[in-house]
Amino acid sequence: MSDYVVEAESIVRTFNDGDVQALKGVSLRVPRGEVFGLLGPNGSGKTTMVRILSTILAPTSGRATVDGFDVVRSPQEVRRRIGLAGQYATVDENLTGLENLRMIGALNHLHKPYVASRAKELLEDFGLTDAAGRNVKTYSGGMRRRLDLAAALVASPPVLFLDEPTTGLDPQSRQDLWSIIETLVEGGTTVLLTTQYLEEADRLCKQLVVLDKGSIIAEGTSQELKTSLGATVLSLTFHSTLDAARGLELIRDVSPKPANIEGTVVELTVEGGPASAAEALRRLDAANVALAGLTLREPSLDDVFLSLTGHKAEDEVATAEDATAKRKGRAS
Amino acid sequence: MSVVTETIHAEKSSLRWAVSDVLTMARRNLLAIVRIPTALVFSILQPIMFVLLFRYIFGAGAIAVNIPGGYVNYLLPGIIVQTTIFGAVGTAIGLAEDLQHGLIERFRALPMSRMAVLAGRTVSDLGRNVLVLLIMTGVGFLVGFRPHGGFVNYVLACLITLLFAYCLSWGFAFIGLAAPNSEAAQAMTFPLIFPLTFASGIFVQVSSMPGWLQGFATYQPVSEVTKAVRYLMDGPNSLLPSAGSAIWVSIIWSVGLIALLGPLATAKYKKVA
Repeated sequence: MSDYVVEAESIVRTFNDGDVQALKGVSLRVPRGEVFGLLGPNGSGKTTMVRILSTILAPTSGRATVDGFDVVRSPQEVRRRIGLAGQYATVDENLTGLENLRMIGALNHLHKPYVASRAKELLEDFGLTDAAGRNVKTYSGGMRRRLDLAAALVASPPVLFLDEPTTGLDPQSRQDLWSIIETLVEGGTTVLLTTQYLEEADRLCKQLVVLDKGSIIAEGTSQELKTSLGATVLSLTFHSTLDAARGLELIRDVSPKPANIEGTVVELTVEGGPASAAEALRRLDAANVALAGLTLREPSLDDVFLSLTGHKAEDEVATAEDATAKRKGRAS
Repeated sequence: MSVVTETIHAEKSSLRWAVSDVLTMARRNLLAIVRIPTALVFSILQPIMFVLLFRYIFGAGAIAVNIPGGYVNYLLPGIIVQTTIFGAVGTAIGLAEDLQHGLIERFRALPMSRMAVLAGRTVSDLGRNVLVLLIMTGVGFLVGFRPHGGFVNYVLACLITLLFAYCLSWGFAFIGLAAPNSEAAQAMTFPLIFPLTFASGIFVQVSSMPGWLQGFATYQPVSEVTKAVRYLMDGPNSLLPSAGSAIWVSIIWSVGLIALLGPLATAKYKKVA
């Protein structure tokens, strides 16, 4: 048994006869029993990668195995070992929660009595027992997402693919889902999770890769990624956006790392720590630009992302993948 | 993990699994018909409205046919063909919806039979058409339909209708998979279904239509099916002394359609989902 549950090698996927390159040679290895994060903005190729690993889409070139089985040559074997859930919460609206789980159980070719007890257990674990007999149409977004995840777990798959599992959820539902995922991993499940929320990756993922425009631009643990930035973030709050813009001009060359401005807040990644911060403050003082607030903090994954890609993680990048999602009427 | 996998998975031959998957999908589709009020209206109420419309409004005097029992005996076999063909629109809408909601993606990541989505959809439509036929027969009797062809021929007529509608629904499956959403799927079926059902012998005699339309209306498959069904249900009369080649031509059309449309829909399914 390999230590890596998912192994992908140089996966390339093009759309529209090669016009759009969604994945440009992505390789990754997911260790058994961990949450592995695929981090990136919209259109970075995360969903395409998950669709390839879950046998929905064939790669244009490259090779991938799940639990030792090739996704192209032995798709049925792969399908017996995976669960798939995600932001589109693909459950049947016209069925009840229980009927959905029964249907997925039957299509997974499981014994009926097993499905019955497993469904009961999952509905209970995910707080859906009371809603089990109701049509999914009446479910809230959070309930749908939990049912979607429950459906992915009916067959107790050793590998779980979660495509942006918390996108569009309220904070409480997000917390609930995080706890569920943590419990699953404690039970031995391997999870590959895509997200554009750095907080999510930080909380759940042991290892992660950062995907941007179809290529991996960084990989490691979230701590490693932060350390690789090797810097402190100086966050300055000004009294007005005009002051903030002036301030940024004055202090920009204190550090070669990227700076970011949002409203009255300027964030500067500095290498020299306090010394650079002091230099920045001296310059602002000399130019008579007053500050409303100041913090010096360790970099977050957000900063890592900004530093790697030059844009923030939540920035919209329209691509063929988005266009495909929109055609299917499920744009987020 | 592999130990767990073996014990919870039931053992059956792959053919039996395929049948089981098709039935699971069909059952799910039929449940949806019961639970979506618009689907219920579309598939059950609308055919009844058509019967009442043509029986009591157009058929009350505007359309006259000189056969035993009058227009109602002419109408009912035709309208039975029409409603089963209209039912095939449901195939297009249902598949477009599943695609739109991402359900087909989920199905594709399951170890189920590859053909179960399309086969399950067409089989559930066949099931619904059986129900529609029973209802139409009942409603027909209530409004005065008295078939003279005998029970066996009546059943045979129903089977020819169901076979034709089933084969045609593979074409509608293709449309459902090609459409961007369910509304568009529905809209795309109308330009097909209207000439097929109205420019046919379903409601009126083809000889009453303008000359330029008669060629199409006489030889298009729905007219052939209608002729066969009408002959079998009503029995021979002055209007239709024999079925001629209509029964065989209907069956050949059905087989020809599925031989063409089945692979077309399957190829589309592999491509889009």
